[in-house]
Amino acid sequence: VTFEGAAVVVDRDDVDTDVMYPGRFIGILDDAEMAKHLFEGLDPRLRDELVGDTVLVAGANFGTGSSRENVPAAMRAAGIRCVVARSFARIFQRNCINLGLPAIACPEAVGAARRGSRIRLELETGTVDVDGRIFRAATLPPFMVELVGAGGLAPWIRSRQET
Amino acid sequence: MGHTLAEKILLAHADADDLSPGDFTMVRCDVVMANDLGGPHAARELLKMGVDRVFDPERVVIVADHLMPAKDVRAAELLKALKEWCDRQGVSYYDQGRGGIEHTVLIEEGWVVPGSVIVGADSHSCTYGALGSFGTGLGATDIAGAMALGSFWQIVPGTILVEFDGDRPAFVTGKDLILALIAELGVAGATGMALEFGGDGAAALGIDERMAVSNMAVEAGADTGLFPADGVTTEYLLGRTERPWTAERSDGDAEVARQVRIELDRLTPLVALPHSPGNVVPVSEAAGRKIDQVYIGNCANGTITDLRQAAELLRGRTVHRDCRAIVVPASQRIYRQALAEGLLDAFVEAGCVVMTPTCGACLGMHSGVIAPGETAVTTTNRNFKGRMGSNEAFVHLANAWVAAAAAVAGEIVHPADVA
Repeated sequence: VTFEGAAVVVDRDDVDTDVMYPGRFIGILDDAEMAKHLFEGLDPRLRDELVGDTVLVAGANFGTGSSRENVPAAMRAAGIRCVVARSFARIFQRNCINLGLPAIACPEAVGAARRGSRIRLELETGTVDVDGRIFRAATLPPFMVELVGAGGLAPWIRSRQET
Repeated sequence: MGHTLAEKILLAHADADDLSPGDFTMVRCDVVMANDLGGPHAARELLKMGVDRVFDPERVVIVADHLMPAKDVRAAELLKALKEWCDRQGVSYYDQGRGGIEHTVLIEEGWVVPGSVIVGADSHSCTYGALGSFGTGLGATDIAGAMALGSFWQIVPGTILVEFDGDRPAFVTGKDLILALIAELGVAGATGMALEFGGDGAAALGIDERMAVSNMAVEAGADTGLFPADGVTTEYLLGRTERPWTAERSDGDAEVARQVRIELDRLTPLVALPHSPGNVVPVSEAAGRKIDQVYIGNCANGTITDLRQAAELLRGRTVHRDCRAIVVPASQRIYRQALAEGLLDAFVEAGCVVMTPTCGACLGMHSGVIAPGETAVTTTNRNFKGRMGSNEAFVHLANAWVAAAAAVAGEIVHPADVA
């Protein structure tokens, strides 16, 4: 499975889910509505960069803090196709995978990416192509790849219910 | 090769002959918890999964705390729908006035026993580690999956052994132990790890202070923060639960990723400066900062132990004229206990606002959010930018002594300078 888009860069470490989606908006359940508040406490202007298919490029310990799933849900709704970071906070990375949004740790690719870079991820091999330069990320366990391929945990469980 | 406590608990809940750090496994849950934010979200995801009924209504529990009491019409609608969902599913629901803040409620009400696995749709579900339970926070979809299957996917964490040694000086609490540890490890230093606490300093902590320590394990990136069950645990659970449990501990030859030692007799009360729980300094280095609001409460430090500390300092004194103070007992039980002990009277007389148990202002939702340019001292667990309201506000994390002292002085001071 491949994921592709233009890079939107958040070049900082320890970006927490509170700044990406402040608490006062958590009660919202509609994904498109959530997308309107994405990055509100970090830099609302980042939303203007989310045009078409994008790949979010981020620093270390990305998504630290609250388990609020509004963050990856809003990212998905805003057209972010995958997240490539130096490293992730555990719950945030889980949430991304569970929503079918690949979240890959690849510091070298992050170092090479610039705003607007063309990024392409091949999930099975962990290959990240940044403007034609190839980087190898540690591959995700097969189950996580399967989850992303299924579109997330909900469709994965649904398909098992039906069989 | 032996196993750590975390590995033993997971192994007992997995279909595997052996498990090592880094292994992928499905893990069975003893309890699945959600609050009034993750709950509605999880209920919606269950529908998407094509699942009508939770795997076992006896093992699912919902607590209203973040939106409660309803802050607006949307919150009221969510709470109403959530109660109806719980009634339809036949799962336990701690409604307004009947429970309080989720992690405190689950521990008080006997849902948490040593050796169990508990997943919660809240990152501070690691609090259950205070009783030797592998409590861990997950997102709403994960929780929906656990409600459907009775299990969740997990990478087996490594273990960081933390030894708390020696006696604590006055005004040093569980809050300072965990802040010192986060300063040592860094906010991502325990990613992919379970913390396990030991040493005579750990043994000397009561359950309330163990909760304060375990609660913030996630602020170092950890999956959970475990206090192996001991006599303190046994005494706490006596008459509180009928769930069977056995006390497990790490094998002597178990491989750990790292060992950390914190000397308690050298500690002073600490403060985490804006905007990170890892930005920790001794209270003396933060002294003199003017404070607009003090907040004493939340799932880390809203226990009766915290309220007793705060009341000892506030009794007979008044909140500084340029400062506001909010006290939020973490549960109805704690509220009643504080009432019976005259603590609430002391707070009100000092000029504090005493709130019903709620997560409200801790995450900037309602009931005490702060304005641009304002500065707060709080016993909560996060001081990220914008956490308690305005994005231009400044939040300091500290123990209940320090918070109460700041309320009296209107600025950060060492509690000994007020007491």
